[in-house]
Amino acid sequence: MADPVGVLTGPHYMDGDVACGEGAIAAGCRFVAGYPITPSTEVVERISHRFPRVGGTFIQMEDELASMAAVVGSSWTGTKSMTVTSGPGFSLMMENIGLAAMMETPCVVVNVQRAGPSTGLPTMVGQADVMQARWGSHGDYEIIALSPESPQEAFDLMIDAFNLAELYRVPTIFLMDECVGHMTEKVMIRPAEQIEIEPRRLTKLPPDDFMPYKVNDHPVPEFARVGDGYRFHATGLTHDERGYPAMTVAAQEEHVFRLSDKIRAQADDIVRFEEEGVEDADVVVVSYGITARVARASIDLARDQGLKVGSLRLVVVWPFPENRIRELAGSVRGIVVPEINLGQIVLEVERCAAGNTRVVGVPHAGGAVHDPATIAAAIVEVAR
Amino acid sequence: MIQRAGQVLDPKARRQNVEFWRTPLDADRVREPRADVYVLEDRCKGCEFCVEYCPRDVLAMAEHFNSKGYHPPMVVKTGECLNCNMCEAICPDYAIFTVKLPEALPATALQIAGVSRSSSS
Amino acid sequence: MTIEIRPDYAETVEHPVSPYLRMDRIPHVWCPGCGIGTVVRCYASALERSGLDLDKVAVVSGIGCSGRAAGYLKLDGFHTTHGRAIPFATGLELGRPELTVTVISGDGDLIGIGGNHFIHAARRNLDMLVILINNFIYGMTGGQNGPTTPLDAISSTMPFGNFEIPFNMPHLAASSGAPYVARWTSLHTRRLTWSIEDALERTGFRFIEVVAPCPVLYLRLNKLGQGIDRMRYYHDNAEIRNGADPSEADIDFQGRILCGVFVDKPRPTYRELMQAHYREVLGDEYVPMPSEGGMIHGE
Repeated sequence: MADPVGVLTGPHYMDGDVACGEGAIAAGCRFVAGYPITPSTEVVERISHRFPRVGGTFIQMEDELASMAAVVGSSWTGTKSMTVTSGPGFSLMMENIGLAAMMETPCVVVNVQRAGPSTGLPTMVGQADVMQARWGSHGDYEIIALSPESPQEAFDLMIDAFNLAELYRVPTIFLMDECVGHMTEKVMIRPAEQIEIEPRRLTKLPPDDFMPYKVNDHPVPEFARVGDGYRFHATGLTHDERGYPAMTVAAQEEHVFRLSDKIRAQADDIVRFEEEGVEDADVVVVSYGITARVARASIDLARDQGLKVGSLRLVVVWPFPENRIRELAGSVRGIVVPEINLGQIVLEVERCAAGNTRVVGVPHAGGAVHDPATIAAAIVEVAR
Repeated sequence: MIQRAGQVLDPKARRQNVEFWRTPLDADRVREPRADVYVLEDRCKGCEFCVEYCPRDVLAMAEHFNSKGYHPPMVVKTGECLNCNMCEAICPDYAIFTVKLPEALPATALQIAGVSRSSSS
Repeated sequence: MTIEIRPDYAETVEHPVSPYLRMDRIPHVWCPGCGIGTVVRCYASALERSGLDLDKVAVVSGIGCSGRAAGYLKLDGFHTTHGRAIPFATGLELGRPELTVTVISGDGDLIGIGGNHFIHAARRNLDMLVILINNFIYGMTGGQNGPTTPLDAISSTMPFGNFEIPFNMPHLAASSGAPYVARWTSLHTRRLTWSIEDALERTGFRFIEVVAPCPVLYLRLNKLGQGIDRMRYYHDNAEIRNGADPSEADIDFQGRILCGVFVDKPRPTYRELMQAHYREVLGDEYVPMPSEGGMIHGE
């Protein structure tokens, strides 16, 4: 159950950024280190406003690299921690996201995506960081990424993001986009008793028996908090169960596969999507974030022309729902993937469809949402 | 009677020890501490810091090698370690330390051969 | 002369620093004559003398030879990314204020890539002890030029001699606002230990620079002998002047090394400033994070 101190139960009229901040507070986040960057700044502005009244600490660090490092450090004290950024800052945070993945540190990184590359269009929407969220840091590792489509979801999914981060001890990327971030809508914040919180899974073993990276029946190791007497060592080097650096091929194999399987082997439990009208569809539209809302209008346009169109909206973007796409590819005539980038999730859809169905992307360079007619045209074309 | 501070004066030593020209008034009350010197030979990497900075020149590098091929230090002036602890303080490899003795007992030099319990074997 | 070789002593007798080290990882990786081992021992000694609850002491290191220090201390320790030890430590100390956080890292890590974080942490007076082990070079990567490499020194990326003016670290720390600034060499074991002990009793961004030898790289590339020769150089060239003006603490190639406690002027820490300010502005509505930390959902 959420700490009632942080939960503003009731109806609100707030934008996605503010809702995201409230979601973090409701989830129990009490440390935020951030750096201002459009269009995410409102998240930390809200948090800097609210934290002093709920026992949280917000610090505006000197850059995004410091922000991410501070978040990883703070998470080791048991405090739920997060940082907030957009594309250019996300690029800067990559090394320490890798550190969080390597040290298995639960944390949330909010990326309110804007059009890129580089400085791009700071105040205008993009969705081109999706692959970067998955592959941005060097080496083999896995993350979880979620994508809200409304301020209400920006609140609700933030709680899920923190819970997933705790469950899998992984940096969780919150892939908002500028449209959802700056869109003001009604947000219902439910009572604290109705908000389910995943607590930090602290070990119950005594310090002498505890090994920080030993897994038993559960694929995720138990956590020991700094200052509780466990005297553990955590490193970004490849390490063994004791947390000590281990420079062998065997240790690397054991370690990297375990980090990967932590997510991949449980992907069915983590994957989440919303389907509508897919059962007898000829064409399915796969979308996420603000584009999902535009796609709904497109689907209506296509249905008006008598076509049987379904929609699959990705709520959890990574891990990608490979099995479901494989399934659908066997039964539909085509899959349309609109996104505000030059084609990123469409690559995943193509990969999973494996040639069993037509996959058509509807790219958009960024700066605005699609014209629904464009997506509708693609649907019609695929259905033919 | 002139009481010397205890060392044999060596004209070649880097530091000469104090030679009193008369018996100090508290000579019967002041006692110099004494200590055992423990050398964990197999940790030593032959840097010679301890030999250099022992104020009584108690140590010298041994002729023999440890298992890693370095010359460890050895006590060449048995019974003269004053427990100043400088060797222990300055050794970067935690290979030498002193244990203070009750004044009445003579000091011995202990050269601990082989690997210590927790180093790599 | 009596030498007794007693193999069983390995079982019963251990070095007094052992309770503070991860003895299952000794011997360490540092080279013969390297000064880092000495600094780690002085830190352990200071911890012992300070009487602190060692369960609440956390040590953070960056990348590099000095960055390996956290891995050998038997404390909650973190070996983090290059240059980011200080912001990582910021997260630790703000996330659980009762912790005593020490950063032990090298010159390239803390003031090269980590320079920005260094000056801001000093400016904010974040509560951590920073021990910078300065061997004038990037050791672990093979001897490249660093921000503290003296003028004219040879390094692997300045093979014709360094033409960059190095940082004067005590001056930088003092002008960034650090309340305690000291410099010692790894020869000054006792003064270093006492300095660390004094620093552990204080709060804020305490900075101690320890000049230490790098025999395999800095000394070899510059034909300066072995570690023992470097210690003799420290002995002959270190000038202890407590209270000296840090701006005079530049180190020329093979020049004087000014040592001592240069600054000891306490001032309010980041957290003290933050809490005082919020109390003043928000009154009873202010809820500070408790010193046990911000974990509110723990099993």
